[in-house]
Amino acid sequence: MLSTQAFADNGKMKDYHYTGPVEHRFSPYAFNGGTVLAVAGEDFAIVASDTRLSEGYSIHSRDSPKCYKLTDTTVIGCSGFHGDCLTLTKIIDARLKMYKHSNNKTMTSGAVAAMLSTILYSRRFFPYYVYNIIGGLDEEGRGAVYSFDPVGSYQRDTYKAGGSASAMLQPLLDNQIGFKNMEGVQHVPLTQEKATQLVKDVFISAAERDVYTGDALRLCIVTKEGIKEETISLRKD
Amino acid sequence: MALSTVLETPVAGFDFENAARNAALEGLLEKGQAPKPLKTGTTIAGVVFKDGVVLGADTRATSSEVVADKMCAKIHYIAPNIYCCGAGTAADTEKTTDLLSSNLTIFSLNSGRNPRVVMAINILQDMLYRYKGHIGANLILGGVDCTGNHLYTVGPYGSVNKVPYLSMGSGDLAALGILEDRFKSDMQLEEAKDLVRDAIHAGIMCDLGSGNNIDICLTRRKGNTSTVQAQHQF
Repeated sequence: MLSTQAFADNGKMKDYHYTGPVEHRFSPYAFNGGTVLAVAGEDFAIVASDTRLSEGYSIHSRDSPKCYKLTDTTVIGCSGFHGDCLTLTKIIDARLKMYKHSNNKTMTSGAVAAMLSTILYSRRFFPYYVYNIIGGLDEEGRGAVYSFDPVGSYQRDTYKAGGSASAMLQPLLDNQIGFKNMEGVQHVPLTQEKATQLVKDVFISAAERDVYTGDALRLCIVTKEGIKEETISLRKD
Repeated sequence: MALSTVLETPVAGFDFENAARNAALEGLLEKGQAPKPLKTGTTIAGVVFKDGVVLGADTRATSSEVVADKMCAKIHYIAPNIYCCGAGTAADTEKTTDLLSSNLTIFSLNSGRNPRVVMAINILQDMLYRYKGHIGANLILGGVDCTGNHLYTVGPYGSVNKVPYLSMGSGDLAALGILEDRFKSDMQLEEAKDLVRDAIHAGIMCDLGSGNNIDICLTRRKGNTSTVQAQHQF
């Protein structure tokens, strides 16, 4: 019985005849799938991720959320290689504690973002294979989203999608939250209810078309009252 | 060269004109930039029961990690008493089964007989072996004829196996777990249908390349062949 491992990357069947010396390489990275999304509003921020952990065509876990709570006002979403996600969040937690002990105050969202950028760049030549998005409240209580690339380049955004289905979600967010590519539309400010519903709808669409996204959606809504978590079911197939 | 096909009818069979050029380009293009054929990334299964054969398939077609088609039909008609499930490259399974179906229809008309399953297998095996694995079709062929109920699998290199139960595709191991556990010889219709449905369900839940709905096809000695679709919430 031949399974998909019989097909090489260019779509042709792999040759089963010995053709000469073969170099086997060990790759230190794996792609574990998953999608993260963050939206910033006037006085709230939402960080959402699916909970599926996969490798190749198999599923490791249906209940592995990718949002991690850092402080009372900051949540980080990490997708990519799960080993690096775990280590990176441990390092961030340790650095937060050190800051708290030295400076007697909690790190603000902007400070966490700047620190994460330096942590990621310190591994410029053997990067953390992680796509990070930080969502939280800034010092003035307004919603803030910071998006990163694997080596530490970052910027503040209003909304950002990252991970395996990011290319499908980002255009939809551009249109619905940024009102881009539309004419004659009123730019209404985003309410928390509308943002929550949009995030749910957008993930349901992603689960339809991206095989690595599904199982369940974990939403973390950050407001000045604290962080509220919600879990919604998605397609499991 | 291109203009000559406008004036003359194209020669039948495959055109290997671009083979040398593609081989040369493969070295120049970076890995992963060559156009990839659409693969189905599937779970298909078949079971022989007392009165015939049950075939099952999922309905998702993937283009690497994106779902290209949520309702693609993977169970192909070969003859009124023979059906075939296909896994592997979508275009290859479509065209191979179409070609087989046409050949058997011509045979039926010439001889006035229903085609037998072994004939279909011999034609398929011959064709796939001739193309040395370049046609990426993994097929499960099932049917009933005057000699009995038969289930065969044909691989892309032309290998043939005659078996009482089977699964293929990227979800084959998940489905095989269910089949190995509950298969018995000479099952009744409902039991066989449930078994195939549960086997495809396992493939859909455990394999990322399979999903959406389950198609079931029954080929029976008495009564008509029927195809049903079971809709499931996932």
